[in-house]
Amino acid sequence: MEAILNKIRLTLPSANSFDFASGSAITKMFRSWILAGTGILVFLFMWHVAASNINTSLGQFPGPTQVWEQVGSLKADYQREKQRERDFMVRQQERNAERLAVDPDYDARIRPYTGRPTFVDQVQTSLLTVGFGFFIATIIAIPLGIICGLNSSIYSAINPLIQVFKPVSPLAWLPLVTMVVSALYVSDSEVFTKAFVTSAITVSLCSLWPTLINTTVGVTSVDKDLINVSRVIQLPAHLHVTKIVLPSAVPMIFTGMRMSLATGWMVLIAAEMLAQNPGLGKFIWDEFQNGSSDSLGRIMVAVIAIGLIGFALDKIMLLIQRKVSWDKTAVLR
Amino acid sequence: MQCYLELSNVGIEFNTNNVPFKALSNVNLKVNKGDFVSLIGHSGCGKSTILNIIAGLHQATEGGVILEGRQVDSPNPDRAVVFQNHALLPWLTVYENVELAVKQVFKGRRPASEVKGWVEHNLDLVSMTHAKDKLPHEISGGMKQRVGIARGLSMEPKVLLMDEPFGALDALTRAHLQDELMRIHSSLNNTVIMITHDVDEAVLLSDKIVMLTVGPEASIGELLEVNLERPRDRLALADDTAYIGYRNDVLRFLYGGTH
Ligand SMILES: Nc1ncnc2c1ncn2[C@@H]1O[C@H](COP(=O)(O)OP(=O)(O)O)[C@@H](O)[C@H]1O
Ligand SMILES: [Mg+2]
Repeated sequence: MEAILNKIRLTLPSANSFDFASGSAITKMFRSWILAGTGILVFLFMWHVAASNINTSLGQFPGPTQVWEQVGSLKADYQREKQRERDFMVRQQERNAERLAVDPDYDARIRPYTGRPTFVDQVQTSLLTVGFGFFIATIIAIPLGIICGLNSSIYSAINPLIQVFKPVSPLAWLPLVTMVVSALYVSDSEVFTKAFVTSAITVSLCSLWPTLINTTVGVTSVDKDLINVSRVIQLPAHLHVTKIVLPSAVPMIFTGMRMSLATGWMVLIAAEMLAQNPGLGKFIWDEFQNGSSDSLGRIMVAVIAIGLIGFALDKIMLLIQRKVSWDKTAVLR
Repeated sequence: MQCYLELSNVGIEFNTNNVPFKALSNVNLKVNKGDFVSLIGHSGCGKSTILNIIAGLHQATEGGVILEGRQVDSPNPDRAVVFQNHALLPWLTVYENVELAVKQVFKGRRPASEVKGWVEHNLDLVSMTHAKDKLPHEISGGMKQRVGIARGLSMEPKVLLMDEPFGALDALTRAHLQDELMRIHSSLNNTVIMITHDVDEAVLLSDKIVMLTVGPEASIGELLEVNLERPRDRLALADDTAYIGYRNDVLRFLYGGTH
């Protein structure tokens, strides 16, 4: 370890001091990569040591190597399942062709393959659910936030409700949402199943608040001078919102949306576990119930995937914010 | 005789947390068309408040403002405001900032095809054409203030209201912009009301200097007519006895101890 660090130091311009402020942009980036890499290595090492000392009823706690093995095994599962699906389709087509050859009036149909959902399928389901729930929350929260920010009477009317509902864990809503959805929602759609809608609404219920509150604050804190400019030139309401209010509030709106997406993603996993709705949460729960010697490793894969996806979602939001924001010089993190 | 702009018995009371505060009382002022009027007074005496009442951004609680025979009660582009810290929209370029105002003012009055020419003409007046595609954060404070002035002028206001337009600028830039403002005023002959705390600026630019007493319940302490030949040249005036006399009048009012 010491040897590695020494080597790193030698490759840096200011060899004997970690002076973060100096250096060109490239050396700075190089340094931050090295530091991040070191952090990960140290973590992996400590994980390895800790894991080898923890024994559970399902065997030893998985270390980095076991988890990596499980990544391979999940990948193999996925490929096997895909192959089965392909075989199934080919078989159906062959059979249909045979039947049609005998009886030209035969009503040939292709039934969809209903195999066990793989890890990749569960990830896709979760992403779709969080995306849909977040989308619903956003299209409600931003306009409502703008209205609250512009009109203090409406804000006074809505604010108590926000304050009361904001701290409610969406998991408390889950039974109610499940019952309401199953009572009111009818659909044969393969994507928009009842479970999907339930999970998505649960995500919406918790990702509503940060966006709503931040939008309201962003709208109310528009520079007074700019509002006076708008009044002097008698800007009509729609231009006032699009030219003055929204651009000013964009940074706050995005802060809220990023918080919303992050909580939405966290809550979704919990909701899927609790309600047995398809997705990563269900994958974890199933593995836990399954209780094989591989289970903990597989759960750990899911945990890391959840973290990486959450991180990626936030980065995507950041990219969108950079695109949308007028202030290209602002430091966004 | 009816004058162009008249403030009669203007007073205003603010209510902050149910504590009434009477900032102005009995402000009377008559301004002729084409006048350049300066408001001068100590910080916090109510200069901005007077300007905002004329602009219609604040409502007087007593008395009122009459412009061309009509009572003023809400903001309107015919009373354009140049704000102390420029108040440009940071997400719009120099051109777009002026354009936003011009489009509003032209609506139903002049064809949209004239917008571009008019925006460029006004940027030209303040010598800002070269930076028309820059964003406000890419230009200096003096340049931003010029764009603010261009935006004000582009509305062809009956009265141009300026709240310490050069307050935040260094002395050289300020002198330069003062000269430019004098040039524009003499060619367009608009009515201008400008707040300043700079005595030289007030004497150099104004036809009338309105001196405010210290608040609360501030009102007009003295009114000084500046009868100096135009165009005025700051270097020539430096030794001019009349100029020095006006200057001393204002200084005596501000620092004389009676107010
Ligand atoms: N919107 C407001 N609410 C309450 N008090 C105000 C408001 N605007 C100005 N005042 C008070 O009125 C007085 C005059 O303010 P202002 O006109 O800004 O002074 P200045 O001469 O420095 O421009 C100050 O004491 C200020 O605190
Ligand atoms: Mg002021």
